[in-house]
Amino acid sequence: MQDKRNRVLTGTHFEMGNWACTEGAIAAGCTFAAGYPITPASEVANHLAARLPRVGGTFLQSEDEISAVCAAIGASWAGCKAMTVTSGPGISLMQENIGFAVATETPLVIVDVQRLGPSTGVPSVGLAGDIVQVARGSHGDYQIIALCPESPQEMFDLTVQAFNLAETYRVPVFLMADGFIGHMREQIVIPPEGELAIKQRKIPAGSTSPLERRDFQDVDVAPMPVFGRGLQAHVTSSCHDEHGMRNLSDPAVMHQYVMRPIEKIRKHRDEFVQVQADHPEAKTALVSYGTVSRSARAAARLARRQGLDVGTLRLLTCWPFPDKEIRRLAAKVDNLLVVENNTGQLYPYIKAEAAHACRVAFLGPQTLGQIHDPEFILSHIKEMIA
Amino acid sequence: MPQTDLTIAGVGGQGSILAGVILGSAAVTYDHKYATQTQAYSSELRGGFAATWVIISDEPIEFPRVTHPDILVAQAQDSITRFVDVLKPDGILIVDDDMVREIPDKIKRIFKVPATSIARNQMKAPVTANMVMLGALCQVTAVVSRQALESAIVQAVPKGKDRLNLEAFNWGFEKVQAP
Repeated sequence: MQDKRNRVLTGTHFEMGNWACTEGAIAAGCTFAAGYPITPASEVANHLAARLPRVGGTFLQSEDEISAVCAAIGASWAGCKAMTVTSGPGISLMQENIGFAVATETPLVIVDVQRLGPSTGVPSVGLAGDIVQVARGSHGDYQIIALCPESPQEMFDLTVQAFNLAETYRVPVFLMADGFIGHMREQIVIPPEGELAIKQRKIPAGSTSPLERRDFQDVDVAPMPVFGRGLQAHVTSSCHDEHGMRNLSDPAVMHQYVMRPIEKIRKHRDEFVQVQADHPEAKTALVSYGTVSRSARAAARLARRQGLDVGTLRLLTCWPFPDKEIRRLAAKVDNLLVVENNTGQLYPYIKAEAAHACRVAFLGPQTLGQIHDPEFILSHIKEMIA
Repeated sequence: MPQTDLTIAGVGGQGSILAGVILGSAAVTYDHKYATQTQAYSSELRGGFAATWVIISDEPIEFPRVTHPDILVAQAQDSITRFVDVLKPDGILIVDDDMVREIPDKIKRIFKVPATSIARNQMKAPVTANMVMLGALCQVTAVVSRQALESAIVQAVPKGKDRLNLEAFNWGFEKVQAP
């Protein structure tokens, strides 16, 4: 049974982003986490290992990341709010089973405290290098949700949201932090427990036979049977019909097997896709996400101080991709500068939605891994406007 | 001062990063300001470089990197080599006089405290050199109040070690001087 005491650490704290992520998970009701240590994500695992047993949960240190994600998927089917935490190299290992979680519509939170890659790269330096791999790294067609925090505070807030979205839509949800904010300490305000909106998954009632059920795969998110509660269910990652039964012969079933888990996210995207605009009437906009958004906002402020008409748009949700929001922005501005702490991972997606309506350019940092100096962005704004 | 950017640097084992954490915590928890603290260190347990960057502000902090600090606290000669060139032209340099031998001529506002020998000889606890440096910082600038720093030290150090650390802090506060 879950011990309610000390579950939500209401108050003001000066702690690391990785600490805030852990507390967000626990506040959201996480009862199971598995992970394998990796810099710069290890503090999340360490703190979960210390905290979860005290609130009635379990932390499992597994032998590798493949095992960690599998354990979290299993725990989710056993009724736990479950998560795993890693960095880019761990995501690479998890990819096959991320696809399994998508195909079986498993609610799951995956925290990626990104670091400079490729390969082992630099463990302690943050770089938003996994943005595309979390959306497209597993084989086949699918849709996940990914959120991009810009501060330790948002590592709390968006972790809570990640659990809510995972439970609501039965989908893996990624928190795309990085080593810079993971290890950054700032003020973190944790609200009283009663002020946190916490979502629970729907669990089917009554009839237990998988063949009688009609809700296994539903575009509006089917209730999820939970092992051990008298509900029988058939769970397979192979193509299956709405009862969850394997079917490799009917093309209509194959179509639905791929499309329904995609459609359930797309159909509801307006309910949760979040962007944040600063000075939305400006004719030049900086589009960014994650830690580097703070450079973009600082640069826009510097620019306005010099009389230049510059605003920002920050993508808090990067998957599903905020296509409508980008199109709406492109229709209003003359110049759109995409600012990312990588070599341009979302740039092609943004360009595809905006280039018909305005000028679009990309700006990576002077030194990869060190978020842009606002002065550096400002000089490029001036070039673009000139 | 609306915003102050600091770098505290040394070699691994000197407690530079803990000093930065205490400084940020003092600002946020006890002085009710905003603070951002970040850090970098090499993979050696001791002897490699270690640095922390702290921004303290009356307003929420937008850009979280320190590029040109107002104050550099240097606990080793290596810290001068790495960071003195980015110190603002009118920036303040506070050094551990036992560890830093050479300072470029262009630096005008220099404050010195023999932190390592105070920690060794007076405190009989070399690990308290970072507290001596915090005491010196507190005397030289008003970026965080003395009361806030002392409260943050008590909160951060192991139980039973608060008197030792506060005493080291006080030594730094009293002994720091401009040459």
